[in-house]
Amino acid sequence: MRISALIKRISRQLLRDKRTLALMFVAPLLILTLMYFLFNGNTVDPKLGVVGVEHSLVQGLEKVDIKVKEYEKATKNTVVDDHLDGLLQVDATTGKMTLTLQNDDPSKAKALQMKISQVAAAQVQAKLIQQNPAGAANLIAAKMKTKYVYGDKDTVFFDVLSPILVGFFVFFFVFIISGIGLLRERTTGTLERLMSTPIRRWEIVTAYLTGYGIFAVIQTIIVVTFSITILDIVLVGSIFHVILINLLLALVALSLGILLSTFAASEFQMMQFIPIAVVPQVFFAGIFPLDGMANWLQAIAKIMPMYYAGDALKAVMYKGMGLGEISGDLIALMIFAAIFIVLNILALKKYRTL
Amino acid sequence: MNPTIVVENVTKSFGKKPVLNEINVTIESGQLYGLIGPSGAGKTTLVKMIVGMEKSDAGSIHVLDKKMPNLAILQEIGYMAQSDALYAELTGEENLKFFASLFKLSKSAQKQRIAYAADLVNLTPDLKKRVSAYSGGMKRRLSLAIALVQDPKLLILDEPTVGIDPELKLSIWNELLRLKNEEGKTIIVTTHVMDEAERCDVVAMVRNGRILASGTPTELKDSYHVGSLDEVFLKAGVNQA
Repeated sequence: MRISALIKRISRQLLRDKRTLALMFVAPLLILTLMYFLFNGNTVDPKLGVVGVEHSLVQGLEKVDIKVKEYEKATKNTVVDDHLDGLLQVDATTGKMTLTLQNDDPSKAKALQMKISQVAAAQVQAKLIQQNPAGAANLIAAKMKTKYVYGDKDTVFFDVLSPILVGFFVFFFVFIISGIGLLRERTTGTLERLMSTPIRRWEIVTAYLTGYGIFAVIQTIIVVTFSITILDIVLVGSIFHVILINLLLALVALSLGILLSTFAASEFQMMQFIPIAVVPQVFFAGIFPLDGMANWLQAIAKIMPMYYAGDALKAVMYKGMGLGEISGDLIALMIFAAIFIVLNILALKKYRTL
Repeated sequence: MNPTIVVENVTKSFGKKPVLNEINVTIESGQLYGLIGPSGAGKTTLVKMIVGMEKSDAGSIHVLDKKMPNLAILQEIGYMAQSDALYAELTGEENLKFFASLFKLSKSAQKQRIAYAADLVNLTPDLKKRVSAYSGGMKRRLSLAIALVQDPKLLILDEPTVGIDPELKLSIWNELLRLKNEEGKTIIVTTHVMDEAERCDVVAMVRNGRILASGTPTELKDSYHVGSLDEVFLKAGVNQA
């Protein structure tokens, strides 16, 4: 009875606050859409200047989408002046090749370098075949066929990133809104006023979790459905498992947000928890490979809820795993939520010991 | 009949700062008890302790023969905090209804009490408005209505008439007296206005966490041989120093 009255009140307050509702339901979609377009943008073909390069090699380069511009003579300055990504020079006497890379974007420079050496190697190979046609059969047979355990040849980074992003946005927005919700109750004195009624501390925590939980469920369903149907994010496993993981994650965010609001005196101080409690979660969510991290960093990852959620979401959405394989992650999330909930009930002792 | 409230040797400090020092208060059933003193005297801390929201460092507090804090007794306490603790996004009626539903109250009784409490503070025409559109005085009145909503035996009102116009202030005081006389309610009021103190059955003057003097307004004036409570307060303060 008391719990339902509280839940009713919380929902009513949230429903009247249109801006907060928009933040909760629309903002994650906006950011996800933006990220989607950012990561799926067409790559610009690299521009390469060449000096003294054979015609067949130029053709080979153009075949792999490199814009080739031929020069009589060129220096380092040509690269800068003509906005070239690289400059390939072949010494007329020795036949030695020199590649000058602009390298303002290291990953672009590395990709260009790789393409050029591949094309150059292919040229050499072709020449060898011409000289020795008998060996050609062997070479063709050696051509590699690639198979993929997860995803396919069209998989892009966004496909691996998106499950983590979906989870993170659910975590972030639920954290902020629930935390500030209870904080407002503290600063306006209504929480103290509540404590002068016969309500029990666990009833308040339960009502808060359920009240905001309802909105978190709606948010999760909107975000997940939007990402899968409209953004066409890869989903190999079951959508229900995705929703289940996100709900558990939302519960953790909810209880953590409410708990941390205990230690904030104002909305501004609540915001200060974002770089401490929320941002680090992203680093350990699986965007950066954990295996390469130092041992102590790996230990930190293990106490981050997003680590488990990211792992589970990636497993279901990208690798198509079932409940059995992610049960460990789910249990970890439940443990986090349970700990935070108990701490919340204890934290309310500040207002009344009973 | 036992006294409604017995406060014995209560001491409280926040950190190193002592707020209440060896406070003893006995409030009989049906009394209108006034706690008077400047802000920062410890009045609010004392009433919060009686409600059970603040823990005492030493001493004990009994309300209706039960040691506080006690959840069941909270059903019988109507508390009005010093700051208006209201939900601004909700209407006045929704606020009343929400707080009413936290107490044991049947549906019909709840409806009737909400109508009664709203009428008492002249808020009936404004019940459908959101609290964010209320004036300061209206918020104060709504807080008072909420304190009354579950029909408690004991009313604890922390500065109930701050920011209320004289006419309404008078009607609120008349209602408090009626609640006391006709319904036998015990009422504690904190105030720093002396003319309000005159209307109390018993007055306790609080300063620096101590009760300087207590008794009926007439007793106090007689014992200090002065004509007004203001002078009692000044004289008692001098004696303490």
